[in-house]
Amino acid sequence: MKPFAFERARDVDHALSLAAASPGARFLAGGTNLLDLMKLEIEQPPRLIDVGRLPLADIAETAAGGLRIGALATNTAVASDPKVRRRYPALARAILAGGSVQLRNKATVGGNLMQRTRCPYFMDAAKPCNKRLPGSGCSAMEGLSSTLALFGASEMCIAVSPSDMSVALAAFDAVAETVRADGSVQRRSVETLHRLPGEAPQVDTDLAPDELILAVELPPPPEGGQAWRKVRARASYTGALASVAVAGDRVALGAVAARPWRARAAESALADGASPAEAAAAELASAEGEDGRKALVRRLAADVIRQAREGVGS
Amino acid sequence: MSTVRDWAAPNPVTENRSGLIGKPVDRYEGRLKVTGTAPYAYEVETPAPPLFGHIVSSTLARGRIASVDISAAEAAPGVVRVWTHLNVPAQAARGTRLNPRSQRASNPALESDRVEHYGQSVAFVLADTPENARAAGGLVRITYEAEPADLDFLSSLDQAGPAPGEEDARIGDFEAGYSASEVTVDATWFSPLQNHAQMEPCATTAWWEGDKVVVHTSIQMVKGGQHALAETLGVPSDRVRLFTRYIGGGFGGKGQSYDDLTLAALGARETGRPVRVAYTRQQMFQATIHRPAVQMRVRLGADQSGRLNAMALEAVTHCARNAPFVEHAANFARNLYAAPNRLTGHRLVRLDIPHAGAMRAPGEAPGMLSLECAMDELAETLGLDPIELRIRNEPEVDPDNAKPFSVRQLVRCMQEGAQQFGWERRNPVPGAVREGRWYVGMGMATAIRGNFLLPAKAGLRLTGDGVATLTQGMTDIGTGTYTILAQITGETLGLTLDQVRVELGDSDMPPAPGSGGQFGAATAGSAAYETGMVMRRRLAELAAGDPRSPLYGEDPTLMDFANGNIVLGNRSESLAALAARAGPEGVYVEGGISPAADARDWSQHTYGAQFAEVGVDSVTGEVRLRRMFGVFAAGRILNAKLAKSQITGGMIWGVGAALTESNPVDPRYGSFLHQDLGGYLAPVHADIVNLDAVLLDEADDKANPMGIKGVGELGICGAGAAIANAVYNACGVRLRDYPLTPDKVLAALEAKGL
Ligand SMILES: Cc1cc2nc3c(=O)[nH]c(=O)nc-3n(C[C@H](O)[C@H](O)[C@H](O)COP(=O)(O)OP(=O)(O)OC[C@H]3O[C@@H](n4cnc5c(N)ncnc54)[C@H](O)[C@@H]3O)c2cc1C
Ligand code: SF4
Repeated sequence: MKPFAFERARDVDHALSLAAASPGARFLAGGTNLLDLMKLEIEQPPRLIDVGRLPLADIAETAAGGLRIGALATNTAVASDPKVRRRYPALARAILAGGSVQLRNKATVGGNLMQRTRCPYFMDAAKPCNKRLPGSGCSAMEGLSSTLALFGASEMCIAVSPSDMSVALAAFDAVAETVRADGSVQRRSVETLHRLPGEAPQVDTDLAPDELILAVELPPPPEGGQAWRKVRARASYTGALASVAVAGDRVALGAVAARPWRARAAESALADGASPAEAAAAELASAEGEDGRKALVRRLAADVIRQAREGVGS
Repeated sequence: MSTVRDWAAPNPVTENRSGLIGKPVDRYEGRLKVTGTAPYAYEVETPAPPLFGHIVSSTLARGRIASVDISAAEAAPGVVRVWTHLNVPAQAARGTRLNPRSQRASNPALESDRVEHYGQSVAFVLADTPENARAAGGLVRITYEAEPADLDFLSSLDQAGPAPGEEDARIGDFEAGYSASEVTVDATWFSPLQNHAQMEPCATTAWWEGDKVVVHTSIQMVKGGQHALAETLGVPSDRVRLFTRYIGGGFGGKGQSYDDLTLAALGARETGRPVRVAYTRQQMFQATIHRPAVQMRVRLGADQSGRLNAMALEAVTHCARNAPFVEHAANFARNLYAAPNRLTGHRLVRLDIPHAGAMRAPGEAPGMLSLECAMDELAETLGLDPIELRIRNEPEVDPDNAKPFSVRQLVRCMQEGAQQFGWERRNPVPGAVREGRWYVGMGMATAIRGNFLLPAKAGLRLTGDGVATLTQGMTDIGTGTYTILAQITGETLGLTLDQVRVELGDSDMPPAPGSGGQFGAATAGSAAYETGMVMRRRLAELAAGDPRSPLYGEDPTLMDFANGNIVLGNRSESLAALAARAGPEGVYVEGGISPAADARDWSQHTYGAQFAEVGVDSVTGEVRLRRMFGVFAAGRILNAKLAKSQITGGMIWGVGAALTESNPVDPRYGSFLHQDLGGYLAPVHADIVNLDAVLLDEADDKANPMGIKGVGELGICGAGAAIANAVYNACGVRLRDYPLTPDKVLAALEAKGL
């Protein structure tokens, strides 16, 4: 671990001005992702700005009938909030499918959204990786990892976002509210918060370095059933091989792209009266990658859509 | 030398009058561990503030170090020393042995510019904090000259050669028997490279006292570590005092020492300060030993009634180019089922990867994943219940060598297991049971694992406070050694557990071979028992010869020990009083055990039967264990709680082997794909919802004076095969490529149009 400066932000403005003043600084929330990466010298920020104690952990009803979840609400707090459980059960389930209870007690909403890929070659500083070291190459292309992008990848990077929570948030059309040192506030859709890798996989999101996520806002839950499922190699404490969140007529896929993947083709097929299986097949028609992965996501999406429609929970 | 007949007479342990033997008492050191106050090797107090070492690992698989630049690392904050092969202090050449009785030879670190595997130590940094050491490690610049490397096991199978010093074991004429058989199975299984994944990394704290080095390290074999370090430093072994008091998991991976030990000792010598060195999590995967991948071809030939006529298990496994190690995946098959025509053997592929080595139940763990599934396939072909098929092939004597069994309750394990598990509810038609989107199935397999007794010693001191302290150069790797030794000592001397202390893991103590091969309890325990018996004789003689004792003048051989007293008729005296009179140091004796002269006249194993019920997700191919149950026979049980936790822990390893654990070698680099516990998937709690085991009543009077056997490795054996057989029963897919991950299961389901 490289030596670094540590500062605890007194308030949001303090956090933002510190960030604006120190290039390469990072906000520290629960630390469950950032500190691991620092130990591996994959992240080497000269300064950490601890935002963990800022009063941004409320979960409140909005005037529009939705929910506003503070960026520092822990994953556990969100998943166990009665408002979330009653009205957004797919979100609660998605969060509970992540990590372990110890991690969820520390992990925050903002940190979960901003966590970096768990591509094993990104995590190994000795290997070429365009995301970690631009231009060094992509070890995953000819590599052994099993969870590669099916959608939106580029020649430069085929990594996926590991966040389970964001898949459900995308299905609920959630929006992240951010603020910068100059006071400008932005509302960014969770679905497109993360960039697709394109020519610059080293840039995960459009957020400026001094841009802090304040909250995530959920519109009222859509009509219709909700469902969530995550496929994984062991029963807990591991990332998704694939996941699906369904909220009414909206479908999002997880662990298939660098961002939570809204299955627009499947959604419009469903709107046109297609069966769940047909809708899933329509989405997968544009997927690129291994046949086995495609089959998994196709079967899973069809089954979870069917389940949401039948309203059988998960 | 004793014979097994000497062990048959009743003794305090087999009589178990105060009931300590078998009692499910809590761990002797459990409270220290769960309260975080048991000091592990990296945490022991040092006589002065320590320095911290960090090892830099190679990123090349094979070749040589072309250049090194340590200037930036040396200039980094807090750095005290930076070593590479160019400036590391002198060590004895690899493999040298100053003392011919050394159990290990010299094992130098940073010995040359040669790189033999990815992850090999290539530099070492000593600094004032672990962070500074690690940060400086990142500043060491090394360039390599690469040489061609063989890294991929499956594509190197054509280079497989004989295992050194071994020949195939042949009985009868396998080929003739096989081709004459009415029903045959011929299939090949693959078990991948696996890691031990101990929680505690390899770690050492070292300091020097004059010309003697004191090391606290995490190693399963006290003498092995002491000798390896002494040979490496080129000093007599009495100049190395090695402690290994608490070990956070070994599983065979800490049967040897690593560079943390050598570099900590050298660093402490060169700087005059205590030094701590630990492997990183990544180095634990990449730079210690692993279980090699094994490819296993099984051929079975039987008649229509299911009687085996021919059986072959041929295993190909890998090892490091210059460190031959054979995963004896075929050996267990020699003793398991009757068949007149038999062939078993091993081939070795040498690769340029880290050293392969022993991992919990070496041989059986991967080996039984093949034969026990082949038996399931044969049973199905014959339309026989898998248990019935096995009963029909139950041998009367060991089929390998015609020796009688000491005791063999394999059939009873299967029958009791079937009853308690509810085996009769299994539908033999695969794919017939559905619950929602889940296919549900059951499978079973047998378990067999050898039992061993090695020479060992122990010391025992009785002090005037009435406390007996057992000392032994033995280790407790989390298995419960402290506890069972206390139970044996208490029962032997008629003391309660709070009157017994156990001190282990010190090279100055009477030696025991350490923990491995499930020989620990039988070996260390028998030495403790024998030492307790020496103490009894000594105390009886003391009493008989001492006019101040109420037992003065009596026949010492008639005296008994109970409730903290030495007793004869209605006269008694407390052990405390006896010891107090003997002097301030109390009474000290040593004793030991050696294998009986005729021990090899019997075939001696532990046995079991494994049962599993799984669900296979028909949509995704995920396999989830629903319940698992095993019945085992492993001699007299010393502690019902600890023995069961060893057995169930082993079964959980079998779950990992069947479903999740694998670490592929990246053939581009020679590195392992998974380098931490988030990527290398051992089972977690949610994978093990309902798992239990029962140990049958048994005493093996050919094993040792106590009639006990090992339990540490038996639980793994066959466990994964029971799961694979259950997967087949659930969904009708035979997968022979472990682990049975969702991608493989789903591909097979898709191929069947499911
Ligand atoms: C072993 C393991 C298994 C895991 N398994 C899963 C899993 O199955 N599913 C899953 O979804 N996740 C999983 N995770 C990831 C875990 O969910 C994330 O580590 C966690 O959500 C990150 O939250 P944090 O608050 O700890 O973030 P930190 O580590 O503090 O920060 C992560 C990043 O977010 C930035 N950040 C934090 N807060 C803000 C903010 N308000 N505004 C702007 N930037 C911010 C930080 O600067 C940093 O770059 C796993 C993690 C581990 C270690
Ligand atoms: S997929 Fe992306 S993150 Fe993974 S190695 Fe390639 S560039 Fe790096």
